[in-house]
Amino acid sequence: MDLLVSTLLSPYNLDVKLYRLVLLLVIIILLAGCSGCGSSAENTSEQIKIIENKGSDTIVNLALAWAEEYQVVNPSVDLSVTGGGSGTGIAALINNTVDIANASRKMKSEERETALENGSDPVEFVIARDAIAVIVNLENPVDHLTLQQISAIYSGAIDNWKEVGGEDRPIVRLSRETNSGTHVYFLEEVIRLGDKNNTTLFAQNTLLLPSSEGIGAEIKQNPNAIGYDGLGYVTDELKVIGVASSPDDPFIFPSAGTVNNGQYPIARDLYMYTNGEPEGFIKEYLDWILSTDAQKIVTELGFVPIAK
Amino acid sequence: MISKQKIGINPKPPKREFLITALIKAAGYSAIIFVGMIFLFLLVESLPALREVGLSNLLSSRWYPIEDHYGVLPLIGGTLIITIGATMIALPFGVGTAIYLSEIAPRWLRETLKPIVEILGGLPSVVLGFMGMLILSPYLRIWLDLPTGLSALAGSILLGGIAIPTVVSISEDALDAVPRSYRDASLAMGATEWQTIWRVTLPAARSGVLTAVMLGIGRAIGETMTVMMVTGNAPILPTGIKDLFSPVRTMTATIAAEMGEVANSSTHYHVLFLIGIILFLISLVVNVTASAVVFRQKKSQERILS
Repeated sequence: MDLLVSTLLSPYNLDVKLYRLVLLLVIIILLAGCSGCGSSAENTSEQIKIIENKGSDTIVNLALAWAEEYQVVNPSVDLSVTGGGSGTGIAALINNTVDIANASRKMKSEERETALENGSDPVEFVIARDAIAVIVNLENPVDHLTLQQISAIYSGAIDNWKEVGGEDRPIVRLSRETNSGTHVYFLEEVIRLGDKNNTTLFAQNTLLLPSSEGIGAEIKQNPNAIGYDGLGYVTDELKVIGVASSPDDPFIFPSAGTVNNGQYPIARDLYMYTNGEPEGFIKEYLDWILSTDAQKIVTELGFVPIAK
Repeated sequence: MISKQKIGINPKPPKREFLITALIKAAGYSAIIFVGMIFLFLLVESLPALREVGLSNLLSSRWYPIEDHYGVLPLIGGTLIITIGATMIALPFGVGTAIYLSEIAPRWLRETLKPIVEILGGLPSVVLGFMGMLILSPYLRIWLDLPTGLSALAGSILLGGIAIPTVVSISEDALDAVPRSYRDASLAMGATEWQTIWRVTLPAARSGVLTAVMLGIGRAIGETMTVMMVTGNAPILPTGIKDLFSPVRTMTATIAAEMGEVANSSTHYHVLFLIGIILFLISLVVNVTASAVVFRQKKSQERILS
């Protein structure tokens, strides 16, 4: 107070400047305070229906397509869709920062325990199916592999393409990062061939790329590379490998048909999780996702719709 | 030493100055407090890792956290090899550019080039990473006949590029600060222009150039997005200079890629904080070394001049 009075009364230029500075600060503080009050008041009076939807990068394009279409079906609901990986989405659901978590794998038991500790009870929905395509460069002459061969390649036992009928080239293994649901699924079902007691790991020199785009970009220009990704992400610039469950079985190429009839060996369910049984507009959204209209979009994006 | 009274500072400043002095003081001390608090936070969050994981696991050479393999050596090695590579690129190019700008280039060229170099420093690292992924790494693979171009080398080249503007900008200032009389004296003694630069100007600006290189290294160690996109992120322990041509995984990329997914307070979470503290200590060592060297040189210069 002393300061303010002295600056107000003082005739000196410096004091005028100081006074203006203080005034400015006071105005800024008042404005900041007011804007805070205003927004919180709006939040309570207005009912905005927002669904926060986060998780698997495999599902993110599908979730975005659904969100766009749902704007037409039900414009009163705002959807916010982000990726980041299944683990990220589930962690966000546990921390209660999202309404729906997308996951390309089932929730782990530890995650469920943490959720229960945090007072949430995740409910699971199967929303589509996905096939994992094994992809190579278009110039690579290899066009089919058995699951055992893929396992040997990724665990490091096979290091050269000529061992699986290709050219004399080193094999460069590409994988998604460890926080990707696709990574965990591939480790358990392909590298370990579904055997729970098998502790084989990815070969140590496997490149871990943070995005599907990264894997696609590398395979497109590198004839040494092998990678895997959701069928929805495979473009014409990549070559899809036919896969056999065992050397005696036929080689099957991934497609909606071969996934739904169970022929293609590397396929899985895709999930959405909510905190407790969904209610109100979130339940309406999930019901719509399981409808025939929404499942049509699944097909358009290269995934496999759930069979009713 | 000149005492304050001699300059004539009012021994009893008016009251209103008290507030401003206090504010400035608080701003100065806050930096120390923040660094201290960050260190404490990292320490508290990372200590459980030592208990839960054990040293033999932490010092192993396998990093695969989802199956409880927490060997941090490949990550430390990855960061070091990329930083060394980046320094080998940034040092000659950065100091060379600074010498050219400060000593050789005509004034108009210097006025044009310096802002351009500084714009280079403002390029978002994700843009550089994107170009590295789509352009640099494919060509590296073809030119050097590597299995893949996503390697420590690609990371080093881009990080060197990121560090160059810092190195150029600060070394140029240091060279510029060398008194005109030094050069004149050298030239008058019959030295050539190159001899003057190499034997007189550059040694005189040594401490500033060293600070520039250290700051450049600091910039490179902490860089995340670019290395995550171009180094392949395979946690292989580098054992020699040949590993510059194979993929590596850095500490920063590991934290960035995995922090989003870990459950709060899990072992993996604590180990990521441990990596954070190792990174923090490495930066600290680089900075302390830099200031120690600069300090020592200042003292020796004072001796010569006095």
